This record gives sequence, C-alpha cells and structure tokens, in this order.
Amino acid sequence: MATYDSPGEYIDHHLGHWVIGEKGSFWSLHVDTMLFSVLLGAVFFFIFYAAARKATSGTPGGLQNFIETVVDFVDSNIKDSYHGTNRLIGPIALTIFVWVLLMNIVKLIPYDLFPWLASFVGVDYLRINPTSDINATAGVALGVFVMIFWFGFKVKGVGGVGKEFFTSPFSAQSLPFKIVLAPINLFFKTVEEIVKPFSLAMRLFGNMYAGSLIFTLIAISPWYMQWALGLGWSLFKLLVIVLQAFVFMALTIVYLSMAEEDH
Amino acid sequence: MNLNATILGQMVSFAILVWLTLKFVWPPLVEAMRERREKIAEGLAAAEKGNKALEEASTETERLIREAREQASEIIAQANRRSTEMVEEAKTEARREGERLLENARAQMEQDVARARAELRQEVAELTVMGAGQILGREVDAKAHGELLDRLAKEL
Repeated sequence: MATYDSPGEYIDHHLGHWVIGEKGSFWSLHVDTMLFSVLLGAVFFFIFYAAARKATSGTPGGLQNFIETVVDFVDSNIKDSYHGTNRLIGPIALTIFVWVLLMNIVKLIPYDLFPWLASFVGVDYLRINPTSDINATAGVALGVFVMIFWFGFKVKGVGGVGKEFFTSPFSAQSLPFKIVLAPINLFFKTVEEIVKPFSLAMRLFGNMYAGSLIFTLIAISPWYMQWALGLGWSLFKLLVIVLQAFVFMALTIVYLSMAEEDH
Repeated sequence: MNLNATILGQMVSFAILVWLTLKFVWPPLVEAMRERREKIAEGLAAAEKGNKALEEASTETERLIREAREQASEIIAQANRRSTEMVEEAKTEARREGERLLENARAQMEQDVARARAELRQEVAELTVMGAGQILGREVDAKAHGELLDRLAKEL
C-alpha cells in the first residue's frame, strides 16, 4: 500500500478523482464516476432484465420474487403519490431507486481496496462511490428536471407550462393585479423549479460525501479504534444509503406528480 | 467539488437506463404481477363458488334423505296396516266358512234323520201290514189299504 507523508495528503488522495482532460475546466471527465455508475447501471439492468425476460404470472422463482418485491415497493410508492397516466413514471422511479441504491452501496466496500488495486495499473486516483461526486447526483437530478418539464408538457402543453410561470404561485382575478404579479411569479416559479433538482442533487451528494469524509477520517485514526468506528459508521451508513435512495425516488415521484397538477 | 462534463455523461447514462427499463424491464414485470393478481382473484372467486355449490348440494342431499326416510316409514306403516287388514279378513272369512259348513252339516243331518225316519216308518208300516196279513191269513191288499197304511205310517 502506498504510504503517505501526512494525513492531509491521505485525505486529498482519497477525495481526488481520476480525471481525463484539464483539471478544473468544464470539459474534463471523472472517469471513475462514469465507469462505476455505468457499471452499476449495467448491473441493475441485467439483473432486472434477467428477471423480466422470464417473468411468469405463475409461481415466481427466487430472483423474480426478489425483483417483484422491489418493483412492487416502487409501484406502491407511485400509486400513493402519483395520479397521472404517464407510463414513464414507473421506469424512472425504479431506475432511480435501484441505481442510486447500488451507487450508494459500493461505499461499503473497504475504503482502500479499489484505490489500492488501481494503483497497480497506474491509476492514482479512484473513487468508486459515484454518488459522493456532485456530478453524478447533479446529472440524475438534471435528468429529473428535464422530466418534470416533459411531464408538464404532455398534460398542459408547452403553453400551459409557460403560462404557469406568470400565474403561480400567486394568482389574481383582475387583469391589473395579474400584470403586477407576473414578474413576482416568474421569479418565484423559476426559483421553485431550480430548487428541485438542486435540492435532489445536493441532498444525496452531501450525505454520501460526508460519509466518505468520515470514512477517510476513520481510516487515519489509530488502528485500535478503527474497527469500532468503522463498524458503527458502516451500520449507520447502511441506513442512510437506503434512505437516501428512497428519498431521491419519492421526491422525484412527487415532483413529477406536481408537474401535471393544475395550480 | 467541481462541476464538469461528467454531469452530461451521467444524464446520458440516466436517460439510457430509463429507456432500457421502460423497454425491457418494467412492462413484463408489472404485467406478470397484474396477471397473477387476476389469477388469484379468479381462484378465490372459483373457490367461493365451489363452496357455495357444495353447500347447496349438501342441503339438497339432506332434503332428499329426509324425504326418502319419510316415504319409507309411510310405506312400512301402510304395509303393516294392510297386513293387519288381511289377517282380519282371513279370520272373518274362515269364521264365516266354518259357520256355513256347520250349517250345511246340520241341515244334512236333519235331512238324513228325516229320511231315516220316513224309511223306518215305511218299513214299520210294511211290517205291520205283513204281520197283519199273516195274522189274518190273507193278503192285505196294499192298494186297497193304502190309505190306511199311510195313516198308520204317519202315526208311528
């Protein structure tokens, strides 16, 4: 294992990304984040596809049974908070829940294992937990942001959604008031819409990044404390990992449902 | 925390995953679950119907058994009555027949006695005539004394 001169260097090293392109510029890529998120997305898809391909309405096998439990869980959440008819809602919610859950779970893999393995193939920086990278969470959140508008367009039309930017959240009856309220509404509505993906991305990123940071700190604590701290924090993270995946999915469903509602 | 092109890559990955899920994962699973739900509902309904039919059948069976039992006991009662009647009839018949036979026998007997008496009388008369003839030495003319003889016979 690589040795470090100071704790600061160790932390720096573990919070650094494997980057292609000029560091600091927008046109650079976090290869580790992309690699592991795509890998985990593929894991998600192939497991679920394996179950879906042989899905039977008779007695389900072990895999199908497990997958159906997940699908049923997601579906019941959708039924609770979504009242529209867009058939994209199921795939979106399922993808977010399972994918985010998988991307969170890799955080529980021993912290130094993958960076250590990577050091043998000449990769200096590797973070395997995509959700502790703001780019990953923001990417999904922006996807949801686009979907919010898409859902709105499907039900209200482009004009209907555009009109809402001037008529909500404050509505008036008479024309003069409407005109007065329009710029105020535009401001509030814009903020409201931007806050949605922003809060989604920051919530998940914040939770996971803080978790990583704590794991790093545990890793540089004295060896006789590491197991106790590591165990306690892992158990706690186990809770956060599932909870954050669920919260991301639940909020997405609520946002998409709101997008179709009339104000 | 620096935003870069990864965010775009992530959006693309997300879009592709959603599309794949929409295309290959979600519909078959949800469809299978819906079908199973229907099957279960159907099965439960069928079981309910079967139970109801069974109940009806058992009620019907009970009714039939009760009726059959009633009929059987009625038939037995009738047969008993009939047999008693037959015995009574036979008895009456036998008694009547016996009386009739007795009557016949009695009548026959009386007839016989009467005839025997008549014959006896005749014989006595003849003997008397014969005796008298012998005593008188001459033949009593039966024809001539027929009237006398008859009277005699009657008096005997």
